[in-house]
Amino acid sequence: MAGVSMLRQLNISGLTERLARRECSARESLQACFDQIAQVDGTLKAFLSYDVANAEAQADEADRLLASGVTHREKPLLGVPIALKDVLCHRGQPCGCASKILQGFVSPYDATVVTRLKEAGAVVFGRLNMDEFAMGSSTENSSAWTTVNPWDPTRIPGGSSGGCAASVAANECFGSLGSDTGGSIRQPAALCGIVGLKPTYGLVSRFGLVAFASSLDQIGPFTKSVGDSATLLQAIAGHDPRDSTSVPQPVPDYRKALGGDLRGLRIGLVREFNVGGVDPEVDTAVRAAVRQLESLGAETVEVSLPHSDYAAATYYIIAPAEASANLARFDGIRYGLRVEGRDPAELNSRTRGAGFGPEVKRRIILGTYVLSSGYYDAFYLRAQKVRTLIRNDFLKAFESVDAIVSPTTPTPAFRIGEKTEDPLQMYLSDIFTISCNLAGNCGISIPCGFTGARSDVPRLPIGLQILGKPFGEETLFRIAHAYEQSTGWHREHAPMA
Amino acid sequence: MDFETVIGLETHVQLKTRSKMWCTCPNTFGAEPNTNVCPICLGMPGVLPVANDEALRLTVLTGLLLNCEIPKYAKFDRKNYFYPDSAKNYQVTQYDRPSTQNGWVEFEFEGADPDAEGRRRTRVRITRAHLEEDVGKNNHFERYSGVDFNRAGVPLLEIVSEPDLTGSDMAYAYLRALTDILVRGGISDCDLEKGMVRCDVNISVRPRGQSTLGAKIELKNLNSFSAVRRAIEFESGRQIEAVKRGEALRQETRRWDDEAGITEPMRSKEDAHDYRYFPEPDLMPFAPTETWLDEVRARVPELPLARKERLMRDYALPAGDADVLTDHLPLGQFFEAAARGFRNPKAIANWVINNLPAALSAHGVRLADLRFGPDAIRELVTLVESGRISSKIAQDVFAEMFTSGAGPEAIVAAKGWAQVSDSSAIEGLADEVIAANPGPAADFRAGRTAALNFLKGQLMKLSKGRANPAMAGEVLERKLRNVVHSPPISPS
Repeated sequence: MAGVSMLRQLNISGLTERLARRECSARESLQACFDQIAQVDGTLKAFLSYDVANAEAQADEADRLLASGVTHREKPLLGVPIALKDVLCHRGQPCGCASKILQGFVSPYDATVVTRLKEAGAVVFGRLNMDEFAMGSSTENSSAWTTVNPWDPTRIPGGSSGGCAASVAANECFGSLGSDTGGSIRQPAALCGIVGLKPTYGLVSRFGLVAFASSLDQIGPFTKSVGDSATLLQAIAGHDPRDSTSVPQPVPDYRKALGGDLRGLRIGLVREFNVGGVDPEVDTAVRAAVRQLESLGAETVEVSLPHSDYAAATYYIIAPAEASANLARFDGIRYGLRVEGRDPAELNSRTRGAGFGPEVKRRIILGTYVLSSGYYDAFYLRAQKVRTLIRNDFLKAFESVDAIVSPTTPTPAFRIGEKTEDPLQMYLSDIFTISCNLAGNCGISIPCGFTGARSDVPRLPIGLQILGKPFGEETLFRIAHAYEQSTGWHREHAPMA
Repeated sequence: MDFETVIGLETHVQLKTRSKMWCTCPNTFGAEPNTNVCPICLGMPGVLPVANDEALRLTVLTGLLLNCEIPKYAKFDRKNYFYPDSAKNYQVTQYDRPSTQNGWVEFEFEGADPDAEGRRRTRVRITRAHLEEDVGKNNHFERYSGVDFNRAGVPLLEIVSEPDLTGSDMAYAYLRALTDILVRGGISDCDLEKGMVRCDVNISVRPRGQSTLGAKIELKNLNSFSAVRRAIEFESGRQIEAVKRGEALRQETRRWDDEAGITEPMRSKEDAHDYRYFPEPDLMPFAPTETWLDEVRARVPELPLARKERLMRDYALPAGDADVLTDHLPLGQFFEAAARGFRNPKAIANWVINNLPAALSAHGVRLADLRFGPDAIRELVTLVESGRISSKIAQDVFAEMFTSGAGPEAIVAAKGWAQVSDSSAIEGLADEVIAANPGPAADFRAGRTAALNFLKGQLMKLSKGRANPAMAGEVLERKLRNVVHSPPISPS
């Protein structure tokens, strides 16, 4: 039996088994997280803050419940420490979106996902770093600091949910919740070598998620295994009357999807994704993964998503347009930063001038522009039409396949500062993930190998993206789980872990 | 040159719902600042709106009351502008797909040409009635300002008229008719004191006969119907004078200064906001089902003008009575309950319009707490009409009904107030009166017929008002003229 010092390396299912057997307590599990944070977060910088007393009180409550005989059948996450991206509201805790404009803001309520995690018994703690307002792919746009990649501290962990991915990969927590607007869960999960799921739009309530682009945002889990991803999704999915875009339909038992082989499944390879610009080691790893899926019984076929080329352009009109309105509420009147002025307009512009970072300002200006009178039809309206075409591409492709696979990212984690001067290059790191948000379907990224064959590149994780039909999460889990169980990638630990 | 004024109104009306538009905060007036608020109506980070179904129903009901089309599909949009009273710095409204459109409202207006039946009434077309949210209220103090968000997120209906109004009186009549309809429909209490109705006026002038419109000028800060009337009078005069002087008017927004009674420039067209409308991604488009629409249709009440006409037609009431019974719905309902199927509804109307409200106010009693029902009024009128009591006694019976709640028949029986129509009893009384008043009796016999009225009054007094007055006059006159009473000839 592993000692308590090894607790942090367990995944959620491993931890709940120990907790159920009373081989460890919730308090000890939480302490393992705190110890690891103390050990590595000085370098990793995944956490913006965490409230020890609040987390300990939750852990003690979980221990009381465990002692009174409550089982993980009733509360599947009882005693499991789960951390949150700084964009999810947790009552009584700061929620800053890694922005100066929300400095000092404390959430007066729980996001629906937080309520559900707590109902499932989880110990919800911590505020994880991110790109400011989830705008970015590296956490370099955080107003606090840049989180580093636990596999190589000179590199970014991905973004915008970089803190979520890094903290789980470094065993600072057993799972985390982030948000994905254009790849912000899948891309950092890929770059940090863990599992990241973007659920179908409407499956998980957005109530309590600070909005970036409302029609694209979706909350999803970061975990060390596919099984854990299913467990966390189970806890947070399902209709919420407080979110009009959440779909009123029953949630299937995702864990039942785990364990089968892949015979009878058809998996699509996207013709248009087969373009230049993909790192050769990424390409090699993904090709190997496709062969592995075939060996597990899946049939692979080529599919076409003809409008893929327009996905990035479409995304960078719709997302900033929605953001320009969503971020208008940060005005210095009711909460957060205020820089005084002679009149409300001056107070407003001074507050926003001082409170928002350059990438956020860039997108607000872009979004304001594309919605302006005289430009709306040419930009926003046209982008919405292209979005429909992209969605139809997927629906058509899914008539002939059960899922689509691709690299999650074109390259492994890049160096800190490498792309900060060139926003366009940064935007292109989301090229394989963006269209999934535009179409509203689901996607998962799972580890599928490492770079490092060449001496000039360190050993960095590579992610395989699997895209599913709307509400096709069970199929994603079935494929991802079969692949994971037949390979050993998920058992590899980052040097910091 | 002769000018005409062209006016369109945008009327904002707070809907009568229990809770706000997107959250469960109460929709009530007069609470302490920032007490009817929650993270949602305060625009806290991460919150989402959920549309109030009753507000959607009231919007569609308004559309039905205003003869509007109800499109199969409506949606919400964000209207973007920065202002401290706006919690999100965008207002959720309906931009290009409103819940209702293309209707009209008909109302009585003295300035209208009479129709074939001589009625003066007119129609104003309704462009649309759409649903949006109210904003907070800025309060300015000596050294700082505060925002009260109690009102933020209250469901607000914007009713936009076509430019069919031609003057201040017509605008006033339109607003009265519109708010009467909305109150009657249960859409809004339309309490102006509480800011439940707010109005923007679009006004332009042009030489009479010209088909193109003059420069549209929007008037804001109109907080009462009389402000609307005065502002239109001032502004149309101002514009006509300006055009006469040869000035070119330009599209602008002007603010009404109620104290000074003038309009002042607020912002020109160049300063107009670009609201950057786009579909609200947090709300699904709204497509009412037939079942849902049927439920709303079932709530359509009889509207004031239709009601007035029906009362005049079905009960043969004069317009004045019908107006009263239309304006005071509970009184009207009481009247109809009493008068339905009754041969003389006018007699009932007289009691319901005159005596009943007077007694209610004299005793400080509400109609709902009245101790007798509509049937009692019908019974009372029947007693008078059948000659069982005089109309004078009827007043006493009514007073007794009011205090005791007893029925008229019972009161008359208990008090012995039934009218005396027994001729032998009246003859005795007549003899007594003639004997006691020899002077007037002699006067009558001398040809001064007016003396009969005095003697009749004496007889009524002697009978404590119970004698049948017609019979009393007849008997007295016969006795004074010494006409020998002959008993009726019975057939043999």
